[in-house]
Amino acid sequence: MNIFVILKRTFDTEEKISVSNNKISEDSAEFIINPYDEYAIEEAITLKDAHGGTVTVVTVGDEDSEKELRTALAMGADQAVLISNEDLDSQDQYTTSSVLAAYFKDKEYDIILGGNVAIDNGTGQVGPRLAELLDIPHVTTITKIEINGTAVNIERDVEGDLEKIETTLPLLVTAQQGLNEPRYPSLPGIMKAKKKPLETLELDDLDIDEDDVEAKTKTVEVYLPPKKEAGKILSGDTADQVKELVSLLRNEAKVI
Amino acid sequence: MAKKVLVLAESRDGALRNVSFEAIAAAKEISGGGEVFAVLCGDSVQSLANELIHYGADRVLVAENEKLANYTTDGYFQALKQIINDESPEAIVFGHTSLGKDLSPRLAARLESGLISDVTGLEQAGENTVFTRPVYSGKAFEKKLINDGLIFVTVRPNNISPLEKDESRTGEVKSVSVEIKDLRTIVKEVVRKASTGVDLSEAKIIVAGGRGVKSEDGFKPLQELADVLGAAVGASRGACDADYCDYSLQIGQTGKVVTPDLYIACGISGAIQHLAGMSNSKVIVAINKDPEASIFSVADYGIVGDLFEVVPLLTEEFKKVLV
Ligand SMILES: Cc1cc2nc3c(=O)[nH]c(=O)nc-3n(C[C@H](O)[C@H](O)[C@H](O)COP(=O)(O)OP(=O)(O)OC[C@H]3O[C@@H](n4cnc5c(N)ncnc54)[C@H](O)[C@@H]3O)c2cc1C
Ligand SMILES: Cc1cc2nc3c(=O)[nH]c(=O)nc-3n(C[C@H](O)[C@H](O)[C@H](O)COP(=O)(O)OP(=O)(O)OC[C@H]3O[C@@H](n4cnc5c(N)ncnc54)[C@H](O)[C@@H]3O)c2cc1C
Repeated sequence: MNIFVILKRTFDTEEKISVSNNKISEDSAEFIINPYDEYAIEEAITLKDAHGGTVTVVTVGDEDSEKELRTALAMGADQAVLISNEDLDSQDQYTTSSVLAAYFKDKEYDIILGGNVAIDNGTGQVGPRLAELLDIPHVTTITKIEINGTAVNIERDVEGDLEKIETTLPLLVTAQQGLNEPRYPSLPGIMKAKKKPLETLELDDLDIDEDDVEAKTKTVEVYLPPKKEAGKILSGDTADQVKELVSLLRNEAKVI
Repeated sequence: MAKKVLVLAESRDGALRNVSFEAIAAAKEISGGGEVFAVLCGDSVQSLANELIHYGADRVLVAENEKLANYTTDGYFQALKQIINDESPEAIVFGHTSLGKDLSPRLAARLESGLISDVTGLEQAGENTVFTRPVYSGKAFEKKLINDGLIFVTVRPNNISPLEKDESRTGEVKSVSVEIKDLRTIVKEVVRKASTGVDLSEAKIIVAGGRGVKSEDGFKPLQELADVLGAAVGASRGACDADYCDYSLQIGQTGKVVTPDLYIACGISGAIQHLAGMSNSKVIVAINKDPEASIFSVADYGIVGDLFEVVPLLTEEFKKVLV
């Protein structure tokens, strides 16, 4: 089976965030594989173990993304592709999905797995957009997948309800938390990953004209929310605190 | 410039979702005095149409087809695609719901348009409508616009105020027949887990429990408080993973994103993934026995203490004052 994972290198949002020049500052930021993409990688490896084939991870990013690709290889992916975005002046979800579509155009794929959402930009657009450009079905926020030949049975999370879906390959799916527990790269895995193939492609290699993939949206401002005043931590004996809280919620916050 | 704006209305259990009324309000603003029309899809949804008009839609198109009984990407995609071709709207507003998140990017790809997802506010800036949305798990915000062409956005539930309901408003309700060809994904079964009653993403008050609740029974005092307040009960991932409650209650990045007027977090530590789902709540109360818990950093009011002592007292106190 030809299994692909689309992976995004993201800012670790557990870290402190600051804004400078209308941008989230990347100085001293920690970067990670988007957590939902880790579920996608894990599932891809599991599918390969069950059905054979190869797992290829693909990202559109700058040269630093090699680190995240190597981590995916260390987890057990077979090969990686870095599509350089360094020639792009502007990039939004339209851009990213168009670039990915150009890559997949002449590839043979049975299944493409991605994350349900990237934790930094958080739109969840890239997966379904790519599926449409490739004219294959997609299923979002999956928590279980079983493949038999070309028949696919999926469970997906729909705002807490569970939907059972039947579909066929080729297919694009996006991973929701609960799909699996991603493995940590093992030491031998990390050693092997260094020798696994990692191909870098420029936009030219994909016959992409930058103008054709120019972003359709523009960010005009990035800002931090006004600093919340330190909350009021109540004191005194519990019964008094409770009375005070009820009164504050009614008279000060006026929410009850 | 006046624009023609399409709103996709969503229903659940035979009733329209509030987010659809909020989407109409957003659409009105984008339309700049133009026309807002709503689209309803399903197998028998005609009866809901007038309420959309009461909330501000100028007219409603009802696409009824048995293949639209359950949401499928392909079914809705084909219906919407046909209506968009016929009507040529200049802007489209969906709710940022499970359905909206699944469908909007695919449509945007087909329409070769930009899409601004998860909008929490909007304003006019000259000729443009500028949209605000949270990024970085809610730690920052960005303002975005669509460079040119179709304006396509999804709005986060409970953030944009709906227009006041006016039952005297009238407007055209028209059936459109849509052709639905093959569905490549088929819904075999929907296992309902979300409790009926107050929809978490639209609740005005939420009482949420975390791992600190310690057991399934531990949710009982929270439920009692919620009942007194007319609130919904939610949970952290920690509580769901420990099997204290169903995953359908989960709030956060993976679960529901909520913006109630009041969020009462009981025994929740306040991990970033949880905060991503609730930090925009208007007023946050934290009850936690650990004074260092990060939930206190977003709380407006905090009580450091044992939730099993505090929550029942709160319930009693509210009972007294709310009679
Ligand atoms: C130089 C530069 C400029 C940028 N300018 C803008 C801008 O003006 N406006 C703007 O909105 N964004 C901008 N971005 C951000 C970037 O375009 C988006 O983050 C990207 O398109 C993915 O969108 P998302 O974060 O919403 O991902 P989502 O759609 O939430 O991601 C969902 C899933 O899609 C897959 N995926 C997402 N991104 C990639 C990728 N790059 N490669 C492979 N798979 C991926 C992953 O599986 C991911 O889990 C810029 C980035 C760069 C590097
Ligand atoms: C990709 C990814 C996505 C995630 N998505 C989500 C998500 O959507 N939602 C989510 O919630 N989490 C999510 N998580 C998990 C998140 O990181 C935390 O693990 C989780 O939120 C912790 O739950 P908790 O606060 O209930 O538990 P804990 O962190 O264990 O906190 C329990 C708290 O209860 C307090 N406590 C204990 N006993 C009492 C008592 N008697 N009275 C008062 N207080 C008490 C303790 O002091 C502690 O602060 C995600 C994680 C990942 C990696």
